[in-house]
Amino acid sequence: MSEPKSESGAEILIRALKDQGVEVIFGYPGGAVLPIYDALFNQNAIRHILVRQEGGAVHAAEGYARSTGKVGVVLVTSGPGATNAVTGLVDALMDSIPVICLTGQVPTHLIGNDAFQEADTTGITRPATKHNYLVRRSEDLARVVHEAFHVARTGRPGPVVIDLPKDILIAPAPYTEPSLATQARYNPRTEPDPGQIAKAVALLKSAHRPVIYSGGGVINAGPEASVLLNELVRLTGFPCTSTLMGLGAYPAKDPLFLGMLGMHGTYEANLAMHGCDVLLNIGARFDDRVTGRLNAFCPNAKKIHADIDPSSINKNVPVDVPIVGDAAAVLRALLAAWKADTQKPHTQAIAEWWRQIDIWRGKECLRFTQSMEKGAVIKPQYAIQRLYEISQEMNAKSGKETYITTEVGQHQMWAAQHFHFMKPNRWMTSGGLGTMGYGLPAAMGVQIAHPDALVIDIAGEASILMNIQEMGTLAQYRLPVKVFILNNEYMGMVRQWQELLHGGRYSESYSAALPDFVKLADSFHASGLRATSVDQLDDVIREMLTIDRAVIADIAVDQKENCYPMIPSGAAHNEMILGPEHETAEQSSRTAGVTDAGLALV
Amino acid sequence: MSAQIEKTERTATIAVLVDNEPGILARVVGLFSGRGYNIDSLTVAAVDAAQMRSRINIVTTGTEMVIEQIKAQLSRLVPVYQVSDLTREGPHIAREMAMIKVVATGESRVESLRLADAFRARVIDATTGSFVFELTGATDKLDAFIELMRPLGLAEVSRTGIAAIARGTRTI
Ligand SMILES: Cc1ncc(C[n+]2csc(CCOP(=O)(O)OP(=O)(O)O)c2C)c(N)n1
Ligand SMILES: [Mg+2]
Repeated sequence: MSEPKSESGAEILIRALKDQGVEVIFGYPGGAVLPIYDALFNQNAIRHILVRQEGGAVHAAEGYARSTGKVGVVLVTSGPGATNAVTGLVDALMDSIPVICLTGQVPTHLIGNDAFQEADTTGITRPATKHNYLVRRSEDLARVVHEAFHVARTGRPGPVVIDLPKDILIAPAPYTEPSLATQARYNPRTEPDPGQIAKAVALLKSAHRPVIYSGGGVINAGPEASVLLNELVRLTGFPCTSTLMGLGAYPAKDPLFLGMLGMHGTYEANLAMHGCDVLLNIGARFDDRVTGRLNAFCPNAKKIHADIDPSSINKNVPVDVPIVGDAAAVLRALLAAWKADTQKPHTQAIAEWWRQIDIWRGKECLRFTQSMEKGAVIKPQYAIQRLYEISQEMNAKSGKETYITTEVGQHQMWAAQHFHFMKPNRWMTSGGLGTMGYGLPAAMGVQIAHPDALVIDIAGEASILMNIQEMGTLAQYRLPVKVFILNNEYMGMVRQWQELLHGGRYSESYSAALPDFVKLADSFHASGLRATSVDQLDDVIREMLTIDRAVIADIAVDQKENCYPMIPSGAAHNEMILGPEHETAEQSSRTAGVTDAGLALV
Repeated sequence: MSAQIEKTERTATIAVLVDNEPGILARVVGLFSGRGYNIDSLTVAAVDAAQMRSRINIVTTGTEMVIEQIKAQLSRLVPVYQVSDLTREGPHIAREMAMIKVVATGESRVESLRLADAFRARVIDATTGSFVFELTGATDKLDAFIELMRPLGLAEVSRTGIAAIARGTRTI
C-alpha cells in the first residue's frame, strides 16, 4: 500500500488515528515521542489535551470512553511516561474500557541496552492490557494501529498498548487503509446460541422468584442494550438490580429497580438475590464484591449468565445456562424468544415475590437522619441527596445533562446509593481496581467529550490529592468540572473497616495536614467554596452549579459516619449489617462476628 | 444447587495454535503464573513456516472448572487461533524425549546398558566412564527408566517436555 509521497512513521500514525475516527488525545511529551508531537503540531484534526501526569491521561481517556462509547486515546513517552500509565491501564482492563495507549520507546537498536528512559513496556504492560504491541518494522505500523483499535473495542473492550521505537517514528513508513488491515485473527462471538436462549427463556418462564442482575456489559454494549434491558424488565415484570458498573442502564427511580447489589448494595437487592429461584445475569461477572461468600451465594437459584467474554462464565460461580454473546444481541434474542414462547409465567407467584420484596424495601435501608438545626453537621448522604436534587432541578431549567465521576471510598458508595442514574454512560467510577485518583482526570475526559454538560467529581479529601495536579489541566482548557469533596478528614472507608474489624485502631487513616481546598482552588485558577454546616449546604451547591468554571466545593461532613448496608467480607447476602438507624442487638453482635477467613479477604 | 463445586482434579493436555510472534510465549506463561494455574509440561515450536504459526503443548492439572477457565483464558489471547483439549476430545498420543547421562563403571555400567536395551533407549554418546542414552516415549516410561538409572550412576537428565497429537484422522 505504499504511497508515492513518503511520510514518516509519526505522520503515518496520525493518519491511522484519523482514519480510526480519533478526535482527542490525552498526552504528555518526552524525548521518545517528539516525532509524534511534531506531526501533531502540523495538523488540526486531532486535538491534544496536555495532562499534568500520565496517570491522569489514562483516566481521562477512560472518562472520555465511558461517557461516549468511543475509544479513548493516550500518548506518553518511554520509560517513566509508560510506567506512570500502568495504573490506568489496569483500571481500564478491570472495568472493560476501550483505551489505546501509545508509548514512546528507545530506538530499536538500543532496546535491551538499558538506554536512557528505556523500560520493557510490553513486558510491564502484558498483564495490564488486553493486548500490546512493540512495532519493530515500519511496514507493520499502520496495520498494528488498525488492529489495536479493533481489539480495544471488539468483544469485551479493554486497553491496548502500542510501543513505538523512535526510529520507527522517524523513518518513512507505508500506509495501510483500515479496510485492508485484516482483522481475521480477533473475532469474538457476539450473537448468542439460539439453543441457549431457548433454555434461558424456559427457565425464566418457570421462575417463581426471579431476579435480573445487570452489569457494566450492558453499558458497554451501547445505549440500545439499555433500551432492550428496559423492555425485558417491563415485559417480564421481574425485579432488576445492578452492579456498581451497570448503574444507569436501568432507570434508578423505576419501581422495578431494586437498587445496587453487593457489599454496599440495598437490603432488598441482596435479599432478593439470596432468595431468588432463577437468576439472569447480563453483562456482570460475579465479582467478589457482589457475591459475598461464594458457597452461600444465591443458594437456591438456577443461574443464567450472558457475557461476551467466555472466560467470565463459570469462573467464580458455576452456572446452569451459559450464554456467550453481546449484551444487546442476547437481550434482543431473549425478548423475541420470550414473546414467541406460549408458556405463561407464574404471575401469581411473582406477585407474591414482589410482596416479599416490598417488605424488605419497607426497611428503607438507606435511611439516615439529618438534623436541620442551624450549625448542625452535614451527613455525607444528605450532601449527595441535595447535590442530586439541586442539580436535577437546575438542569431541568437549563437542559444540561449531568455526568458523575467519583474517587474511591465511602463517598463513592454514597454516590452510588444516593445519586440516581436514569441513563447509561452518565456514571464513571473505578469499580474493579478501585483506584483513588480516578475521578478528577476522568471528569476532565468527560468534560472534553461533553463541553456543555454538568460534570461533577464526587470526591473524598484523601483521594482527590492523588491526582490533584489535573486542576492545572482544567484551568488550561477552561473545563468547568465541579469537584465536590465529602471531607470527613479520614480515609473514611479505611476508618470504617478499622472500626468494624480492627477494634477501632485507626492506624494511619487520619487525613492530617490537609491543604486549604479553597485556597488550593484559587491557586489553580478555579473557584473554591466551603460548607461546614447544614444551613450552608444548599447555597454552596447552587453557587457551585452556577459558576461556569472549575470549582472545588469542600463539604465538611460527619467524620464518624459509616457506609451501610454492608456485607462484611466473607459473609453472605443475608448476613448484611444495617446501620445504626436499624440497629438491633442481634446485628451488632454480627458486626463482631466476622470470621478469620473473612478477615483475610480484601 | 450448583453451589457444590467439583473438587476432583484431572490432568489435561492442551494444544494451542498461535501466531509465531515475539512475546507470545511470555503471554501464555504469564497467564499461567498470574492466575495461579499449574504447568506440568510446556513445549513450543514453529509448526507452519508459511503461516508463521507455532504450536504450544501444555500439560496442566486442575479441577474441571479450572481447566475450562484455562482454555477460555488462552482462547481470548489475540495471537491464539485455536485451543484444543486433547485429553477431552478423544484419544491422543503424547511423547517426550530425554537424554540421560549415567556415569558408572563395572557392574553398574553393564546393568545400565542392559536396561537401556530393554527400554529401547539408544546410546548416543559413550566414554569409558559414561553413557548418554536417548529415550523417547510416554512420560511415565521416561520416569520409570530414570528411576532405574538412579542407583546405577544417574548424573544428569535433559527432557523436552511433551508433544501431543490426536489419534486417527482428526486434526486440531
Ligand atoms: C490508589 C489507592 N490506594 C489505596 C486505596 C485503599 N483505599 C480505599 S478507600 C481509601 C480511603 C479513601 O479516603 P477518601 O478519599 O477520603 O474517601 P472516604 O472513604 O473518606 O469517602 C483507601 C486508602 C485505594 N483504593 N486506592
Ligand atoms: Mg475522606
